[in-house]
Order: sequence, then C-alpha cells, then structure tokens
Amino acid sequence: MAWLSPDESTALYLSLTVAGRSVLLNLPFAILIAWVLTRGRFVGRTVLDAIVHLPMVLPPVVVGFVLLLVFGTRGIIGAWLDRVFDIQLVFTRNGAALATAVMSLPLMVRTIRLSLENVDRGLEEAARTLGAGALDRFATITMPLILPGVLAGAITAFSAGLGEFGAVITFVSNIPGETRTLPLALYTALQSPGGNSEAIRLACISFGLGLAGLMVSEWFARRLRKRFGR
Amino acid sequence: MLEVRLKKRLANFTLDAEFSMPTPGVVALFGRSGCGKSTLVNGIAGLLHPDLGRIELDGRVLLDTAAGIEVKPERRRIGYVFQDARLFPHLSVEANLRYAQRRAHATVFVRFDEVVGLLDLGPLLARRTHQLSGGERQRIAIGRALLSQPRLLLLDEPLASIDSARRDEVLPYLETLRDQLAIPMVYVSHQFDEVLRLATHLVVMEAGATVAHGEIGEMSLQAPLRSIIGPDAIGAVLDAQVLGIDSASGLQRIRVGHGELAVLAPRAQAGARMRVQILARDVIVATEEPQRLSVRNRLHGSVTRIVADDENADLISIEIGGATILARITSAATRDLGLRPGLAVWALVKSVSLRGRSLRSAVPISCGSPDA
Repeated sequence: MAWLSPDESTALYLSLTVAGRSVLLNLPFAILIAWVLTRGRFVGRTVLDAIVHLPMVLPPVVVGFVLLLVFGTRGIIGAWLDRVFDIQLVFTRNGAALATAVMSLPLMVRTIRLSLENVDRGLEEAARTLGAGALDRFATITMPLILPGVLAGAITAFSAGLGEFGAVITFVSNIPGETRTLPLALYTALQSPGGNSEAIRLACISFGLGLAGLMVSEWFARRLRKRFGR
Repeated sequence: MLEVRLKKRLANFTLDAEFSMPTPGVVALFGRSGCGKSTLVNGIAGLLHPDLGRIELDGRVLLDTAAGIEVKPERRRIGYVFQDARLFPHLSVEANLRYAQRRAHATVFVRFDEVVGLLDLGPLLARRTHQLSGGERQRIAIGRALLSQPRLLLLDEPLASIDSARRDEVLPYLETLRDQLAIPMVYVSHQFDEVLRLATHLVVMEAGATVAHGEIGEMSLQAPLRSIIGPDAIGAVLDAQVLGIDSASGLQRIRVGHGELAVLAPRAQAGARMRVQILARDVIVATEEPQRLSVRNRLHGSVTRIVADDENADLISIEIGGATILARITSAATRDLGLRPGLAVWALVKSVSLRGRSLRSAVPISCGSPDA
C-alpha cells in the first residue's frame, strides 16, 4: 500500500482488527439474544428487546459515556477486570472493540433473529422424533439453517464497525497506533491544516470497504433465501 | 399392544381420543379433514403436551399424566412421517438418512442397505432435497423414520400432498413395510381407499373424538364410519386366499370363508393372501339357489345381523364360514324375503375389488372383477 502513509495504514489495520474483534465478541451474545427473543416466552422480553436496540437510537457519545462509567478503571466491571485479569479497556484497542460491539449488537441481533424466524420449526420437530436432543437440534438443524444469516449479519456488523466513531472516541479516546481507527484518523486529518488529501484517501477507503461489505453480505442473504426456498 | 388415551383442550376443539390395537398391525385414523387426526398423532409422538392421558406401547409406558410420566419425543422411539416430509434442506438425501441412523442407539432391526433397497432410494442418495418429486420426498421421509429404529411408525397423510399417479407409486412401498418389517403403524388418512389397502384396524374420528374403532372387516357396520364414507362405499373387507387360475375362464379363483369367487386379477401364487372388498350395494340376496343368472359369483351362508342403514335400506350381514359379507337391500325386500338372523341365504356378488396385493406377489393390484 505504497500510496498510504504509515499512519494511514496503521489506522486501516486498527479499524480492521477492532471491527473483527467486535464481531467475534458479539457473535455468541447476538445468537443467544436472538434465540431468546425469537423462542423465549418470558416476562421482560420486550424490555430485553428494547435494551438491545438502545444503541441504535441513543447518541453514540452516550453509549461511550456509559461504557466509561461501567468499564472504566473505577467502573464496577472495569475495576474487576483490572484486578482479576489485568485487563484494561480504556484507551486500548480492546476497549474500542467493546464499544464497537455494543454499537453493532442490534444490527446483528436483527439479522440473526430474522433468519431464526424463518426456520421451519417443523424441521426441528422432525429431528426431535429422530432422537435429537435440544443441543443436538440446535447444532445440527437450527445453526446450519441460519448460518448464512449469521454470516450476513456478521459481515454487515463488521463493515459498520470499521466506521464506528462516537462511542469509540468517547470511551477509548483518539490515540495514534492504539485507538485511532479509520474514522478517527479521518476526523484528525480534517482538524489539521493541509490534511484534505489524506482525508479524501481515507474517505475513499471507507467507501470501498463499506461497499464490499454490503455486497458480500447481500450475497450471503441470497444464499440464505435459496437455502430456505424449497 | 398400543393403547392410547389422550385429552387436550385446544382453541377450536377438544381432543378426546381413546383406542387400542394389537401390534404389529396398521391402525388407520380415519375422518374428515380437520377432525383432529394430526393432533392425535402429534400427541402420540409427544410433540403435543396433553392435559390428560396415557400411552402404552408393548408394555412400555410413554405417557401417564396420573403418574407424572411423560417421555420426551426424542426418547419415545416413535418414527414420524409428516405430511410435508420435512427433509432437512441443508443435507443431502443420504445425510438425511444417516442423521436418523446415527441417533438410533437401540437395537438395529433394519439396516441402512435394507431401507435403501426396500424403498428404492439408491439412485436418490446423492441428490439434494429440493431436486426431488413429492413421491420421492415421502419415500425418503419414510426411510429416515425407519432408520431411527422406531417401535412404532406414525404416518400423517403421507400421500396427501402427492398427485394420484405418484400415490400409486408410494402405496406399494407402505404395503412392503407392513408385510416385511412387521412394524406397527398408525396411518392417518381421509382417503378411504388408502385405508382399505393398508389398515388392519380402523379408528374413526369426528370433531376431535374417536367415535368408533375395531378391525377393518367389521367396521362397515359402525354408523359413524358409514356417515363419513356414504352408502356406496360400505362393504365387507376380507382377506382372501388365492386358489389358482381357472383354466377355462382364465379368472383367478380365491377362497373367502368357505366360499369361492372367481375374479380378474394378475397371476399370484396359490396360497397367497389377497385383500378384497365386496361393496354392500353389489351383493344381491336370494333365499333359494338362483338358476340361470348372469352373476357367477355366489356364496352360501346365513344371515347373522340386520341393521337399518337409513329409512328404506337395510344392511344384512351374511356369514360364510368364518367370513362375513354385507348386503345393502331395501327394507321392503327384507320384509318380502322374510330375512331374519339364522336364515340360510345365497349371496350373489356382482363385483369384487382387489385392495392391495397379495403377500408374495410383487405386482400392485387395483382392478375389479367382470360382472360375469
């Protein structure tokens, strides 16, 4: 990447790792929450649904601020993580991944939930009469059927995560080489005199990555429809 | 023995079912669409949680709400062939079959190759499920259910979503299962001709309740069945024995009770069994041996029962040495002939329908005898 400066390629690399980690962190939670929201019949389902979707409607700065309160060095979980596991989230790329994960959780839950709702429960019943227990059914019937949906959701979340700005800058600040991801680098370039050409290059990268992500995600969604289309 | 008693209150009707049947055997759940047949089958499989009930299969209690026993569906060892096959779309045909085989931890009584052979699945194994016809899908669903090594096979209208040509393609396979594997089956249908071919016992359902049950041969005398199938379908269902081809006429001679009938049927080995139906409307009753008639099939027997079918017709049961046939005649004729239980009569049979094949013949049969 000769046409990118070392700082720019670091920002690109950071964005990719932060988005990747956020997706990996999100996946088990998103599947579990989507499952509970689709199949669960319990009091407080609507409340859980609302909480999961909150990051979509809240200003990202608020999300970052809440994360700071909870996962900060003095926060309930943050202090505990620091003491027990020696994990610091504030001002680190792991913290950026956490902020990105929280922001993209609703997106992933929605996609996975949609494919879960499309799964023919009759197939799970059939597996049941063939002797498959609950975990077995999930692993061998439900999961393979929703897999394209899960992948589509993961790719959309990854693409969105590349560009997470508000929550990241609030929670982990804008540290070059650690938390300065693509959008943060772009923002910094715009703030500095003569940074216009750099900003344009970074914007173009964001543009290309976003487009590619959406296209791959759509391709998986099509495969999903084909899998269900009998 | 299979003994079933289930009660469940549902939104639009109440399931109230009770029946039993000896195993192995094929019990048909018969009734109009929407009368609760599928609900009952789901209850037997355990997919429906009943309010009250008890299910016992060959001495094993699968459900007893009074004793707090409810075996999970995945542990009941009951194979279920759904109306819509429910093949796993993400797996190949072979993987669908292996899915069942891998989870059958109990004693194996039917092997993979055997199932593939019985149902002719060999050419389909490598296919994906969306490339299959309705009949093929059902055959695979049956094979998959069998490979779970079930003690009971539930078939919920397996032929309902298939056109009639394909239906005749699947039916013989079901007969093979019944005759070769001796696996008890509960067969749901609203097609009486399917029931006649396959069932040994019949349970009639109406509005969620089982209203009559018994051996298939006796069922025509039960009013609830008559009200569903109508007067023209009432008749005796008999298991006949093949005697051989009559060289003069070319007709197949079969023994029914102590009588003998000549029917037009494909060649079958002497001694084979063959299921025949003699419709009550096709039987003429005479009190003395008739002479010079075109009807050649005549059976001598005695009247055992007279049941009023409707205002002006009676159903006469005539015993012919271990078998009973039915005649539907007008009440006026009953009066004029002085028919009463114990009276010796001649039954003239105008037509015999073959229902299902004989055990040893591989050719499916469905044709009538001539009105000779």
